[in-house]
Amino acid sequence: MSPGGVRGAAQGPGGLVPGGLYGGGGEPAAVEFHERQELVGRDLRTEEMVFNMGPQHPATHGVLRVVIRTDGEVVRALQPHVGNIHRCCEKIGESVPYYQWLPYVDRMDYLGAMCNEHLACMAIERLAGIEVPERAEYCRVIVAEVQRILSHIFAVGVYGLDLGAFTPFLHQFRERERGLDLLDHLSGGRLLYHYVRIGGVKRDLSPEWLDELRAFLDAVERRLPEYNTLLLHNRIFQDRTAGVGVIDRDTALRWGVTGPSLRAADVDWDCRRDVPYSVYDRFDFEVPHGHSGIAGVVGDCFQRHWVRVREVEESLKIVRQALAGLPEGPVLANLPASLRPPEGEVYVRAENPRGELAAYMVSRGKDTAYRIRCRGPSFSNIAVITEVGEGTLIADLVALIGSLDIVLGEVDR
Amino acid sequence: MQQWLDDLIAGTAWLQALPTGLVYTIGILVACKLILLFSSLLAGEVVWLERRVSGRMQARIGPNRVGPQGLLQFLADGVKLLSKEDVIPATADRPVFVLAPILVYLGAFAAFCVIPFGYGLVAADMNVGLFLVLAITSIEVVGVIMAGWASNSKWAVLGAMREVAQMISYELPLGLSALAIALLAGTLNLTDIALQQEGWLWNWYVFRGPFAFAAFFLFFTAALASLKRAPFDLPEAESELVAGFHTEYTGFRFAIFFLAEYSAMILFSMLAAVLFLGGWSPGFPVDLTGPAARWIGFGILFAKTAFLLFVMIWVRWSLPRFRIDKVMYLCYKVLLPLSVVCVLGLSLQVLLGEVLWGDQSAFGRWLMGLGVHGGIR
Repeated sequence: MSPGGVRGAAQGPGGLVPGGLYGGGGEPAAVEFHERQELVGRDLRTEEMVFNMGPQHPATHGVLRVVIRTDGEVVRALQPHVGNIHRCCEKIGESVPYYQWLPYVDRMDYLGAMCNEHLACMAIERLAGIEVPERAEYCRVIVAEVQRILSHIFAVGVYGLDLGAFTPFLHQFRERERGLDLLDHLSGGRLLYHYVRIGGVKRDLSPEWLDELRAFLDAVERRLPEYNTLLLHNRIFQDRTAGVGVIDRDTALRWGVTGPSLRAADVDWDCRRDVPYSVYDRFDFEVPHGHSGIAGVVGDCFQRHWVRVREVEESLKIVRQALAGLPEGPVLANLPASLRPPEGEVYVRAENPRGELAAYMVSRGKDTAYRIRCRGPSFSNIAVITEVGEGTLIADLVALIGSLDIVLGEVDR
Repeated sequence: MQQWLDDLIAGTAWLQALPTGLVYTIGILVACKLILLFSSLLAGEVVWLERRVSGRMQARIGPNRVGPQGLLQFLADGVKLLSKEDVIPATADRPVFVLAPILVYLGAFAAFCVIPFGYGLVAADMNVGLFLVLAITSIEVVGVIMAGWASNSKWAVLGAMREVAQMISYELPLGLSALAIALLAGTLNLTDIALQQEGWLWNWYVFRGPFAFAAFFLFFTAALASLKRAPFDLPEAESELVAGFHTEYTGFRFAIFFLAEYSAMILFSMLAAVLFLGGWSPGFPVDLTGPAARWIGFGILFAKTAFLLFVMIWVRWSLPRFRIDKVMYLCYKVLLPLSVVCVLGLSLQVLLGEVLWGDQSAFGRWLMGLGVHGGIR
């Protein structure tokens, strides 16, 4: 063994930078770390190590690869690398008819498929000037909010897993499975539904399904305090998250952070309320946002977690209101077999569980879109770790990445 | 052990024909084998217990297919791990890599030789037993450093680094809280310590005053930390360091690390039961030193051990993991001062008790009684 430590590290700064590991000449350019050599005392020199965290690492929620340079356990610099799960979702949309693009949209953010479909349909409908029946709008809101509840309780449980608490992860799966069954009974799919269609939704909500939905909402409401006992109110959890990974208001706005992570930074912004789409303007709900009245610092991991827990409660409220006001009528508009929107372009945005998903779509009057471009919230949310992650411990970096609740499928699309 | 062998030789004609040294050697080997079997089989069962208990806690079932209630699951796992490819990374330091798991297991296993499983059921009844346990279990640290270093993997080095920092730090409160009991007992011989706690429930060392009571919890917490059990499982934090120091280990080498962890759990639970919870005393006066009765004592000690093991599992599946700086904070700023206070308090208690009442524990019992009285009122 060489005296410097692990052999790779003994080669000095950049010993195991990706170029060496992967043989690719071009890649190291992306890993530009400022050189830094710490002198501890007079004689003891500590060396920095370069870690490849991911793409196969338990805490990176998929195939994110973060190259980190550490001094002991302290992260000195880091660089997230994305692109491992790129599936050309947007490009495919430019070559298939509008109707056929929807299943691909499901696969962008596979934990928020209903919300994705909702956004894609809204974009196409606005492009083609399609009127959606009122009942269909209510159906869309109901399934989108159920999806948000599922996504958020999953995020809450997985965050526990990131911090070493295995039990809340499996507890939330109990309710999540129930919710997945619910959407399965409606659409025939567990994760990828293809339920929201252009001009409405695929199937009407049956009375039996609505009863099932009510039972699910009650179950979530009953179990939510249990999750909070295990995580939110746990002393170790608070120690691990309060004051860690602070994304303040300014940083969040600068990096384009959206969703619960933005609201945790005390930015009172929610597309559902501030740029109302669908029938969200008819419901009464709060937008929880981080403030100094709760534990931790505004915009830290704890507040991001807290915002998600509160949003589940608000989503429950929205679904109940939608159930109460559910109008009668058809759920799907009459549409031509081949949809050819007039020339034009739209930009539509919606509040997804992870943040603001937006689509820019250009039509040239053909049956396929001329150009589609999506804005994935996970992409801009993950970028912020480059700045916020510096100077944290490795354990805090894991807490930070977990608290942003990213889905890699959406980062790359 | 020697006493028992001497009795055996005196009572058996054909053994007297053999050289005494040979009989001793064979006896010791047999005892070692028995302890090895006990600790590794029990470790397997503790793995099963852990999986079943965590299953219950997590609204699922856990292993229940191999054997009754899944009790033989560990055998199936062992066979699976044995049949795996034994991978040694090309860049690994081969001899050290191979030696490391053995050393880790040695540390956990060798300490069993001084633990009394019941009156007289001890391989080596040493008068420095407690000291030996604490000393031998420290060997584990060396094995872990070797594993982390020899793997030549960065995650492993980081895990080993955490492990060393944590284990060496927690030796202090662990040793001090054990020392507190040694003060009360006036001996380091574990059999004697257990014998002193016979009789009624309040004779257990944990109930001999507030300081002894606190020392039990300090000991248990420090033991959790030096066992790398959650919430102190930083050295192998799976969501941070992949698998920590044994990231690069596969097959049976990995299984040995696993066995060592669970053996050490059993060891420390037994030690805590002997030191604080009265050893094999059931909590009322009964003589369990007879040749047959000592096996009942073994059963009682085993039940106490199982309870402590259950608490360890319970804690693990309830709490998130600490961060390294919080772990160090807890050790040096909370547990260490508290255990020093315990040692000082117990010294005072022994001194005052002897001077005023002629009974070292009297003062402590009086204090504790005052506390219980206040609590009830």
